[in-house]
Amino acid sequence: MQLTAHDLGKTFGGRPILSGVSLCLAPGDRALLLGPSGSGKSTLLNLLCGLQRPDSGRVTLGDTPVDDGVRRRHFGIVFQSLRLVSALSLRGNLVLAQKLQTGGSDPARIDALLARLGIAQRAHARPHELSQGEAQRAAIARALVVRPAILVADEPTSALDAANAAAVAALLGELAEEAGASLLVATHDDRLRPHFARTLTLADGRLAA
Amino acid sequence: MIDLALAYLRDRPLTTALNVLLLAISVAMLVLLLQLGTQASARMGRDAEGIDLVVGAKGSPLQLILSSVLHIDQPTGNIPLASRALLERDPAVARVVPLALGDNFRGYRIVGTDAGFAALHRLRLAAGRSFGAPMEAVLGAEVARTTGARIGQKFTGSHGLADEDEGQDQAHDHAPFVTVGILAPTGGVADRLILTSIDSVWQVHGVKAHHGLGEEHDHHGEREAASGPEPHEPELTALLVTYRNAAGAMRVPAMIDRQSALQAAVPATETARLLDLLGASLEGLRVFAWLLAATGGLAILVALVGMVHSREGDLALLRVMGASRGQVFGTVMCEGVLTALIGSALGWIAAHGLIMVARVNFPALAELGLAAWTPLPAEAALAAAVVGIGAFAALVPALRVYRLDPVLVLARAG
Repeated sequence: MQLTAHDLGKTFGGRPILSGVSLCLAPGDRALLLGPSGSGKSTLLNLLCGLQRPDSGRVTLGDTPVDDGVRRRHFGIVFQSLRLVSALSLRGNLVLAQKLQTGGSDPARIDALLARLGIAQRAHARPHELSQGEAQRAAIARALVVRPAILVADEPTSALDAANAAAVAALLGELAEEAGASLLVATHDDRLRPHFARTLTLADGRLAA
Repeated sequence: MIDLALAYLRDRPLTTALNVLLLAISVAMLVLLLQLGTQASARMGRDAEGIDLVVGAKGSPLQLILSSVLHIDQPTGNIPLASRALLERDPAVARVVPLALGDNFRGYRIVGTDAGFAALHRLRLAAGRSFGAPMEAVLGAEVARTTGARIGQKFTGSHGLADEDEGQDQAHDHAPFVTVGILAPTGGVADRLILTSIDSVWQVHGVKAHHGLGEEHDHHGEREAASGPEPHEPELTALLVTYRNAAGAMRVPAMIDRQSALQAAVPATETARLLDLLGASLEGLRVFAWLLAATGGLAILVALVGMVHSREGDLALLRVMGASRGQVFGTVMCEGVLTALIGSALGWIAAHGLIMVARVNFPALAELGLAAWTPLPAEAALAAAVVGIGAFAALVPALRVYRLDPVLVLARAG
């Protein structure tokens, strides 16, 4: 399914954050949303995921406007800081994500994903017991365990050095491809550009041509 | 969402345990008070059913009722044998059941009476037959169960109405009883009594009654008589009176009170007075228990408000993962309700467990007929009220969560 944003506009406190943003993410796309801090990347991701409503324009997945239900069924989202629910184990987080999406859980999918990300032995660890790297991979597992059509990551490498950042970017690309998901990564880190076939540059609330 | 709520409760075990404990204590107290009040009231009502008046020696009317109807206190003394005939002559009196107390067998009272006692309490035999000849005894269901007595077995009573050490020195070995019948359980006082004829009681104490009950004679005996006319006169302890008509209530008590050695006590009046006294003293405890429940609710509120503040990131993530506002609201509500449910369940179990333990350790409670595992419908209402307190306490933090904007939390989290 294609994710389409058409002429999005958003203001906050009278200040325009986004203006006239249109983009299209086709199935299988690997896109980097690049822009400095304050350029409106997070706001654009929130609009694309249906976490916020645009003041103007619209976002659709296929022909369906994106809302809470669409986000639950079709999106996997990785944040920089909010990664896992603290009261649950890593495995519990993945089960919860699946239950929220379908009402049931798929243990085989969870096991496969944990093994693929190299954190199977940490399945019963609580979030505060995970290292930074493990927590990052756990967040990716949580986003992917629901077999999303769209995988969105907001600054997934901000706390990592160059080598680890490159590794995470490559991993996201591989996993999205394996899952058959489109990938959109928002970052200010220009070093990730080589890992993506397509780069969207956001500056002052507008996408560069 | 219930799984998640349980996970959050497990995540802060100390706070959860404290809140559960507060609610459990309050529920346990409320259930205990409810059980005590209800069972005492029911027991008194049941045991006094059909008895319009109790006639005994002068003293406390409440003591007379307790000793002669509920069998949980010492008698006020003895009364002349002729008192029975006096009452039976009154046309407003339908039935007079005599009682002669004084001995026990392993703490169970031996009650000298006649067939009217069985009719009054609607007693049925589970085995054997009713007593007839002197020294024949019929055991209450609980007596038979706890002593393991069987038909044909003999036993000897001890002086006094309780199984006290000093009583063992005054065992009536010279006059053994033989068990001829065992009563079916009634749930009332008869379960804990040993019934025999008045003549048997007199015979045990060396008082001869050749002319039968209801006639006045001079005899010799050892019976204690707090206010009897003569120390060796065949006497009775009390008379249970049933009126034939309403005129009895007007005339008989006044007629009895004119007798210098007698007093009349109305079971309904005395038990109501006792329940009033009991109720007044229990009321303070009841208020305290509800205050404790309110404190438990407040503790849940404080814990959940703190939880919402410290875990707004979690809750925002839940929304991002697709949880609806209603689901995150429900999670917080579940925490409050589950805490109250667990507290209520533990409190209920603790209350009934305490009654069970108390029955074993405090014979007076067993004599009161306090049963351990007889849930009352009001207990469900009580538990529901405490769960309601938990739900009410969770409402404010749950509404805060409902209104939570995940985007703002994400922005703050960076």
